[in-house]
Amino acid sequence: MESVISIQHLSKSFGNNEVLKDFKLEVFKGENVVVLGKSGSGKSVLIKCIIGLISPDQGSIHVLDQDVLHLDTDEMDLMRVKVGFLFQSNALYDSMSVRENLEFPLRRHGKDLSPDEMDKAVKEALESVGLAHTEYMMPAELSGGMKKRIAIARTLILKPEIILYDEPTTGLDPITGKEISELILEIQKVYKTSSVIISHDMHCVKIVANRIVMLIDGKCYADGTYEELEASDDERIKQFFD
Amino acid sequence: MSENSFKRFLSDAGDMTGFVLRFFRELFKPKQEWRELLRQCYYVGYNSLSLVGITAFIMGLVLTIQSRPTLVEFGAEAWLPKMISVSLVREIAPVITALICAGKVGSGIGAELGSMKVTEQIDAMDVSGTNPFKYLVVTRVMATTLMLPVLAVIADAIALYGGYLGANIKGVVSWELYWTQVFDALSYSDLLPAFIKTYFFGFAIGIVGCYKGFNSNKGTEGVGRSANTAVVVASLAVFLIDLIAVQIADLLGFT
Ligand SMILES: Nc1ncnc2c1ncn2[C@@H]1O[C@H](COP(=O)(O)OP(=O)(O)OP(=O)(O)O)[C@@H](O)[C@H]1O
Ligand SMILES: [Mg+2]
Repeated sequence: MESVISIQHLSKSFGNNEVLKDFKLEVFKGENVVVLGKSGSGKSVLIKCIIGLISPDQGSIHVLDQDVLHLDTDEMDLMRVKVGFLFQSNALYDSMSVRENLEFPLRRHGKDLSPDEMDKAVKEALESVGLAHTEYMMPAELSGGMKKRIAIARTLILKPEIILYDEPTTGLDPITGKEISELILEIQKVYKTSSVIISHDMHCVKIVANRIVMLIDGKCYADGTYEELEASDDERIKQFFD
Repeated sequence: MSENSFKRFLSDAGDMTGFVLRFFRELFKPKQEWRELLRQCYYVGYNSLSLVGITAFIMGLVLTIQSRPTLVEFGAEAWLPKMISVSLVREIAPVITALICAGKVGSGIGAELGSMKVTEQIDAMDVSGTNPFKYLVVTRVMATTLMLPVLAVIADAIALYGGYLGANIKGVVSWELYWTQVFDALSYSDLLPAFIKTYFFGFAIGIVGCYKGFNSNKGTEGVGRSANTAVVVASLAVFLIDLIAVQIADLLGFT
């Protein structure tokens, strides 16, 4: 199978705090890989390295056959069109309406769309998350679950090949969390994306994961399907399934 | 000052210098954000104009009323317009404008960028093909730098108008006479240094607000602190620049 993300020997520390130590990860085309780890284990640091927001101390990261650590600004922007990022805190622009939020990546990535095409792209992205009526609302008027959906729509609008989700269900109630998990599955099918999903919410993991990678002590501690890991005798793995 | 806080002060000053240098590096990089710059200029002007206007008016009025008795004592009442115009234009209007902008615009920038930072909006801009430093910092610093002189000139005019009303509360000075005296009193060497220093005031307010916001700590508490320290540091910077400006103007013979 074709590998879309390949990470080798990745290390990153902040001062004396060694967050990632010789971490490795391989993501194949079309699959949803969940990275499971405790709070503070460095999951956000890991995916921010993938998108080039944090530069690691050591190791290599290849995304869609490009070496992320040696791209210039323009090449990095091109890569970021193909890789969507859903932020843990949604990162919707407070000062812009939902519509402007969605238009922002389209405009800024220099896609020359006519007003009609822009309008169509916004409507389509909003419909695929089921929130067509919120176009002219401000982020402050949305509930937590709606914000998450809008953030997903803003990621989808560029039709990325890869989506990185940072804790998509954290802070949501179980029912909304389940809806978001199902939305992630649907996106995988409809848009044919490959995804890395950061999570420690086992309900979400169970729904979305094709494969799970465990991030413990900065290393890739285990790698397998939900069923395989659930059946493990290892104490540190079992903790997550209790 | 304990050794620790001294160290923190030094490293903060170092970071701040780095931030200023980065500003000048990014300023000339391609793809200027003209639209955003215009929007920010509008905000800076719009947000502070009424407050600057009211304060300038009151300062002009009060200064005149309070200066009169002293001048009367020396039989120099006729000098009233001359004296107040020099104090207002050279010192009071620019500094008051800068302090109001430090409070209103500086804290606004600190809070806005701080909350964008902690809610990852700055990272989101980065992954959306936008250089956040150029889009957020360069535009805001340029806006305060360009708008502060404009606001200061408006403040000059309003303060002098306040002075006219003040002069007419007890005495009588005709409109024509007042302005003739004011313009007689003011020379280039009064106007130029006062005007030039407002650019530096504006720059300081913008850069301090952006620096504090951009380097906000996690959490809403961090945002509050950014806004707060932005005002304190920017106000202090205004006085320091004022102090340096007066020395330089003196050296260059603008007296
Ligand atoms: N910019 C930074 N500077 C210094 N330390 C950082 C920075 N970013 C992260 N860290 C540290 O790295 C560690 C991992 O942080 P990270 O945000 O990746 O955790 P996480 O696994 O995403 O946790 P959570 O589930 O709470 O989001 C933490 O100890 C954090 O303090
Ligand atoms: Mg995280």
